[in-house]
Amino acid sequence: MTSLTLSHFLFTSAVLFVIGVIGFVTRRNMIVMFLCTELMFQGAAIAMVSVGRYHLDVSGQVFVIFILTIAAAEAALALALVVLLFRRRETLNAEAWSELGEP
Amino acid sequence: MTLATLAMLAPRLAHEFPVADAVGPEWAAWILWLPALSTVLCGMCAALRVRNKLPAWITVSLLSGSFILTAMLFAGYEQPVTIHLVDWFGITWSDTTFVANFAFYVDRLTLLWMLFVTGLGTLIALYAGEYMEGDVGAGYSRFFAGISVFLFAMIALVMADNLLMLYLGWEGVGFASYWLIGYYYRKPSAVAAAKKAFIVNRIGDLGLALAVYLTWHAFGTVQYAELFAAVQANDFSAEAGGWSVQAIPFLLMLAAFGKSAQLPLYVWLPDAMEGPTPVSALIHAATMVTAGVFLLCRMFPLMVLNELALPVVAWVGGLTALFAASIAMAQHDIKRIFAYSTISQLGYMFLGVGLFTTAGAAYHVFTHAFFKAVLFLTAGAVMHGFAGQIDLRKVSGLRHMPGWRVTSYTMLYACMCLAGVPLVTNGFWSKDAIMAEAFAAVGPGYTALAIIALVTALLTAYYTFRVWFRVCAGPVHYEPGLEQHGDAAGGAFHPHPPRLVINLVLLTISAGAVASIFCAEWINGMIEGSTAAGGLPAVHEAHEGAGVWSDPHAWMPYVAGAVGLVGIAIAWYLHLANRTAADDLKRALQGNVVSAWLPRAMENKWYVDELYHGLIRAPLWLLGHILNLLDRYVLDMVIVDGVARIPRMLGRGFQPLANGVLQSYAVSMVGGVALIAILVFVMPEFLEMLNGWIGGAR
Repeated sequence: MTSLTLSHFLFTSAVLFVIGVIGFVTRRNMIVMFLCTELMFQGAAIAMVSVGRYHLDVSGQVFVIFILTIAAAEAALALALVVLLFRRRETLNAEAWSELGEP
Repeated sequence: MTLATLAMLAPRLAHEFPVADAVGPEWAAWILWLPALSTVLCGMCAALRVRNKLPAWITVSLLSGSFILTAMLFAGYEQPVTIHLVDWFGITWSDTTFVANFAFYVDRLTLLWMLFVTGLGTLIALYAGEYMEGDVGAGYSRFFAGISVFLFAMIALVMADNLLMLYLGWEGVGFASYWLIGYYYRKPSAVAAAKKAFIVNRIGDLGLALAVYLTWHAFGTVQYAELFAAVQANDFSAEAGGWSVQAIPFLLMLAAFGKSAQLPLYVWLPDAMEGPTPVSALIHAATMVTAGVFLLCRMFPLMVLNELALPVVAWVGGLTALFAASIAMAQHDIKRIFAYSTISQLGYMFLGVGLFTTAGAAYHVFTHAFFKAVLFLTAGAVMHGFAGQIDLRKVSGLRHMPGWRVTSYTMLYACMCLAGVPLVTNGFWSKDAIMAEAFAAVGPGYTALAIIALVTALLTAYYTFRVWFRVCAGPVHYEPGLEQHGDAAGGAFHPHPPRLVINLVLLTISAGAVASIFCAEWINGMIEGSTAAGGLPAVHEAHEGAGVWSDPHAWMPYVAGAVGLVGIAIAWYLHLANRTAADDLKRALQGNVVSAWLPRAMENKWYVDELYHGLIRAPLWLLGHILNLLDRYVLDMVIVDGVARIPRMLGRGFQPLANGVLQSYAVSMVGGVALIAILVFVMPEFLEMLNGWIGGAR
């Protein structure tokens, strides 16, 4: 049985990140897009933990704890934002919000 | 005749003159400060919108104060003095100094000029108080502020103790002249005339500025007392200096020709008649235009630095006299005729300076100031009374009209002075002094010059009395001008004769003209003790003691008097006895193919304005337009707008990226990161380069 190496963890992290990116780019639903950003976050977190472990350094894990905390706060904020945006336009479609575009 | 022989013939300064080494009374400073105060008070009147004649009374009283102080200074005069007012420039670096203070240099020349500048200034301000009454509450304060500025600058010019203060006054009178010519600033011709006067004067001013600089460069000082002492110590020779010293007299000459309206810079003076008539009388006839003569008299010790300088002055003066007189013969505008006669008479003055008879020139300045002031003031009275009518064909028989007697007869006397009627007129004696000297002096072509002067005297007598016979004599007939206001509109036009004040001013100045007949000896004395003391015994010795006919001073009065009377007789025949004769003569000249051009050329002032237009204005206009196109299309359109267009074009290239779609932003972000990642992957040097950039930034 082959043992797990750093590459496996980094691959997992990369896969999670890319899934998040693809989801973010292809979907229009703001809640789904938000979930995709969370996926990217977790991909990055896995990379942190695994590299930290690889170097026998706890600072990677400390970072992840921070990231999780902040991600939780940010999730509350972002969902509230989505609710407000929904109330304004009665839709969750991100394309409803494109005022910044140059005509 | 080669240049060397010309130089041999040229006179050298022979006389020594006293240079100021004492200090004068301090109260004399008020001669300068009173007009300055008057300017400030008139300015305050303008700000407070005073609606009465207060500005005139302020100006007249303060200027008369200035005159009284000048007279006191004259009465107490013993020797040349300097009077220190205020420190101005005092610069020292290494071993060089440049000192120019507000200070007076008072010698007899200063006093002579100051007496008629302040005296006539006061009288003309008094006249103007009456003349300008139509503008009370409008431009009245502005007008008198301008007159005060003019006198301030003129006094600074005349009394200055150094060339820099003289330059200040020089520019100041030019500015005041601009101010007052352009007084009717709604009238395009007046504005154009003001600009013309200013711009033409700038050419002369450039000469003066360079002369001041070169004088400082050559003598290390611009203060008269030190300067004249240095020149005298140097025996009036320029051997030490080289070309930069030799150039000084020519630059001074250029300045004088600009300010005193000589060839080729005279063109501004006739147009300056657009200003109110008192301004023409004060500035453009009696005082300011004599500043050039004053400059040459004051700087006379420097004028002999180059042997050719004075002959050039004499020739320019003589030619200007003839040229301007020939133009004056064919004009119809009275003020314009007097303007050309001013140029012509200034030509005589320069002829006098050039012929070394500064006393004659100063005498002519003095007499001319009186009779020319009267001529302009009477012309102004006519203009005032006939609603701006100034064409001599349209007013006739003035002396038969009620209330015009004083005007007519003071004008007659002034005309006689200008024409040089023997014995009873001051112009006869002063012009005689110059013309006799022209025959007596030895120099390049001076005999021809003397004949030119004599012919000019004939023309002068003719055109002067052409005006008088047309306007004042003959049957009563008049047409009003275009400036009818209020009372005259609608009903029949009635000329309103001049009031008492105007008549009094005319009579006073005429009395001054009579008095100046007896001033010849006095003025000789005044000049003898000043920097203008030229005198050249060597030239005269040849003529003395060889009988009446070889001494021009002995026979000149008869010849000049006869010439003047002949001119008057011709004018009498053509313009009074037989008024159609002049037109017949003109028609005859025009009918003949050979001479057809003559009357037209004279009426059109020999096309000098057109010539200047073609040679100077048109090329400058063309150049200006080319530069304008260059500016508009090359600088603005290509360079300025072109550079500004680059960011816009770049922006337009990137504009599609900012489409407002969230996903596309994400894609470009991810794409950017991916691009960097790929670059790092395929070429590791890129990473080092990034490191280098970041390290460099640190």
